[in-house]
Amino acid sequence: MISATLALASRALTVALRRPQYLMPMLVFPSLLLAVNSGGLSQAQNLPGFPPVPSFFDFQIPAAISQSLLLGGVGTGIAVALELELGFFERLVAAPIPRSSIVLGRLLAAAAIAAVQVTWFLGLGMIFGHGVADGFIGALAVYAIGCTAAVGFAGIGLTLAFRAGNASSVQGIFPLVFVVLFLSSAFFPVDLLTSPVNEIARWNPLSYIATGMRAPIIGYGGTKAFLEGLAAAAGVAIFFGVLATHALHRRLRMG
Amino acid sequence: MPAIQAKGLERRFKGDIKAVDGIDLAIEPGEIYGFLGPNGAGKTTTVRMLVTLLMPTGGQALVAGHDVAKDPSAVRRNIGVALQEAALDPLMTGNELMLLQATLQGMSSKLAKERSVELIERVGLSEAADRRVGGYSGGMKRRLDLAMALVHGPSVLFLDEPTTGLDPSSRFQLWQEVSRLRTEGTTVFLTTQYLEEADQLADRVGIIADGKIVAEGTPDELKRESGASHLEINLAEGCDPSTAHQALAKIGAPEPAAEQRDVRVRLTDENAGVADAVRLLDDAGIMVEEIELVRPSLDDVFMEKTGRHLEGSGD
Repeated sequence: MISATLALASRALTVALRRPQYLMPMLVFPSLLLAVNSGGLSQAQNLPGFPPVPSFFDFQIPAAISQSLLLGGVGTGIAVALELELGFFERLVAAPIPRSSIVLGRLLAAAAIAAVQVTWFLGLGMIFGHGVADGFIGALAVYAIGCTAAVGFAGIGLTLAFRAGNASSVQGIFPLVFVVLFLSSAFFPVDLLTSPVNEIARWNPLSYIATGMRAPIIGYGGTKAFLEGLAAAAGVAIFFGVLATHALHRRLRMG
Repeated sequence: MPAIQAKGLERRFKGDIKAVDGIDLAIEPGEIYGFLGPNGAGKTTTVRMLVTLLMPTGGQALVAGHDVAKDPSAVRRNIGVALQEAALDPLMTGNELMLLQATLQGMSSKLAKERSVELIERVGLSEAADRRVGGYSGGMKRRLDLAMALVHGPSVLFLDEPTTGLDPSSRFQLWQEVSRLRTEGTTVFLTTQYLEEADQLADRVGIIADGKIVAEGTPDELKRESGASHLEINLAEGCDPSTAHQALAKIGAPEPAAEQRDVRVRLTDENAGVADAVRLLDDAGIMVEEIELVRPSLDDVFMEKTGRHLEGSGD
């Protein structure tokens, strides 16, 4: 099972890196939004209740990472749906491997791609003079939450792909990425959001994931925010990983 | 024990649609079995059940001695599968796909590499092996698909319409590879809608229509069952067809012909041929412009069993 999972993860990673139209949107769009937000909304950091931050740009980096990871999840779903449509998926199913390794291989690849995404945005920050406040350990904390959350978001993409069976349906959830983002504390602190958005944001795991990544970057929030972020990411990963496996088995049963 | 055995195999879909309606199969080890039928007859559904991609809703099937429903993993370890359309990832190279397939079959890295090189060379793709599959022709994709299906040396190989959409040259190349498998003792279950393909490759042919096997046997047996050969004769101007019929009465019985100058004779003497007919007509003073011996084809068999022609019969 391990060799099959690793082979499938390696293959998914290779193919993703060869498909610029897959990788670029998840890096370029959030980067553009990061530039627009940090340039045009920077006065927001002067609002009462806004946490102390070195700059609004630092505050927005986790939002960009979260957006990128969500887009990665949609990308994973589209990639698998295309395999279903083109028949490559049947080649995998006809092989003597555990079905769960098909899901695990994809999730592992999503985690590896997430490392590239996190590196991109932390790198962007460094280029513009914004390091991680908590240093190397803080950066590792961002990678830990980012990669774990990416597994969960990929699980959402896989679940949709196995249920819908076609890429256009999976692509249809693209606008939801922004809805989920804006209904969280990714862009603004939850205390500055008005009702009912702030109530929804308090229940949205993405709020904890973004805040967890933000804590080591801005040096505010401490271990508690990191642990809550990691727990939320792990919860999403486990829940949607199981759901994706269930959706795969259901699909195979239905034929 | 047969390499593939099915008893009352059945698959129903939603709305109680029976795609496969209780078929029986017994295919011996080393045999090439041609599964012939038009689109929608149930060929692919049957293959999908035999390769464990689809659960039967009735009956039983054993492949390489393992039950497809009860022990699908064991079936998968023993079979090679090349499904319709050669589903290959266009962003991967031929070599990468071969190695991936070998790894999924549980082969060691060293063995996987050796076997990949051997099979890529065998199907004539050595020069293209490091190129992305997206740039391959249809024939190259099919050959790679076949090589991937063979990477772990399966005892049973399923080929689902392997030459559909290929040009004659690519089709011929693939036929050669399949023929070669016969000498290696691999059992091949080949679905096709091309009569010539079944005729050329298969030791036995099963004809499926509306989910049921309507005829089964060697191609020659089926053709013999379908009826005798006949002669199509175009007489020279001024020659009388009735005189020709009388002259040919020793070897055949007259049948209605399309044109007034044409004579059509169904051969009653199996050993008679064109030379006998020309000699008899010459003795009767009948001049022949054109003569052709028409043997029954698998399409005639198909027509007789199902009342319609096969789509690929003209190919």
